[in-house]
Amino acid sequence: MRAEPATAVMTPVIAPVASVVDELADTVTLALDMPVGLAMPTPGQFAMLWVPGIGEIPVSYSGIGPDRRVEHTVRAVGATSAALAELGPGEPIGVRGPLGRGWRLDDLIDREVLVFAGGLGLAPLRPVVEAAGDLGARAVRLRVGARGPGHVLYAEQIVSRWGDLDPVVTVDHADGRWRGPVGPLRADLGGAIPEPGEVAALVCGPEIMMQVLARQLEQAGVPRDRIQLSLERNMQCGVGHCGHCQLGPLFACVDGPVVGWDVAGPLLAVRER
Amino acid sequence: MDEPTDRIRPAEAGLVDELVANPLLGDLPREHLALISGCCINVGFTAGERIINAGDPADDFWIIRHGLVDIEIHGAGRGTITIDRLGPGDLLGVSWIAEPYVNEFDATAIERGSAIRVDAACLRGKCDEDHVLGYELYRRFATMLRRRLQATRLQLVDIYGPDDAR
Repeated sequence: MRAEPATAVMTPVIAPVASVVDELADTVTLALDMPVGLAMPTPGQFAMLWVPGIGEIPVSYSGIGPDRRVEHTVRAVGATSAALAELGPGEPIGVRGPLGRGWRLDDLIDREVLVFAGGLGLAPLRPVVEAAGDLGARAVRLRVGARGPGHVLYAEQIVSRWGDLDPVVTVDHADGRWRGPVGPLRADLGGAIPEPGEVAALVCGPEIMMQVLARQLEQAGVPRDRIQLSLERNMQCGVGHCGHCQLGPLFACVDGPVVGWDVAGPLLAVRER
Repeated sequence: MDEPTDRIRPAEAGLVDELVANPLLGDLPREHLALISGCCINVGFTAGERIINAGDPADDFWIIRHGLVDIEIHGAGRGTITIDRLGPGDLLGVSWIAEPYVNEFDATAIERGSAIRVDAACLRGKCDEDHVLGYELYRRFATMLRRRLQATRLQLVDIYGPDDAR
């Protein structure tokens, strides 16, 4: 049965930007105070962010709490995301959310958790990473892939805040100053998976990366239903009405964005026309 | 190939033990490892040392024991680009395996390290004489090359490009 969206509103609630952090050359994190009347999100959910006169796009929560403060990390690639990235403190945006299904955190209890994030995919995973000590997992390990050394999202936090998660960052291309691995994000980055039957994996990033990683994890022996992916689709209404984000029988906005590889794998194998 | 392992000379035994520890080659029969070790010597390299020059004959490959080695491309106006980084256990150099036996890329140590250098011409000769060794060796290199080919294809796609707008 399909879950009802946390809020079925089609009318954005206006909220001012509380603060802005420059993350990368084209990427910022916007902090907002969750408007009264909207539920607090769970990790992996998203909101539709509206810039009046320009457009509305889905953006994952990259920070949750405390004190009803939430964050969204936005990369300027289109008109709306570029407008969001230009906002300053105090400027208003429209918010609909939280929407969709987030990470299944109960599946992480007493598991060896591997977190794989590629590019901006670390944003929806950051609330999980920040709460790693409270998940009930045996261990949480962080594996990150990026285009190059200058494209590693939250690079300073990986070092200063998440060092306990045995973080390993790989980049596709490097220069002589980079001291980490070079090459694509792989399931065995940082070493072979010792107990694949005990692993739960969270994967977020470009779809090609997620498919490759999920297949590698499956081949290593990680159960398909314990590999969670965060799908990115063309979400427009965000509440399962418009069908733009349809993936086979799923609507990514309400059945996802987080979906198990056991469900998503066969659907992603179907070529789109 | 049932040659008893006690024919391995003591000087070779240390190198054979090193080869046993390698994840790609370690499961080869010990007599095969002994044959390979006859083409090997231990070497060290310093930080910044150029180990392979593009265009040079591919007469050797290396089994890295310690340290990191970059596979590099140089481009006018783009400087040096690291396209792969190899570390302990990795095999450095694949151009020796197929004609024309010419290295395609540079390889530079980015830190002090050590490796087993394998005389590729010597090993090719042994593979010609012992096709079982040749088959097992090429099968393992094919596994490694498959993995590197997959990585290269993913790098070519530039999956973190502008379409990654999450």
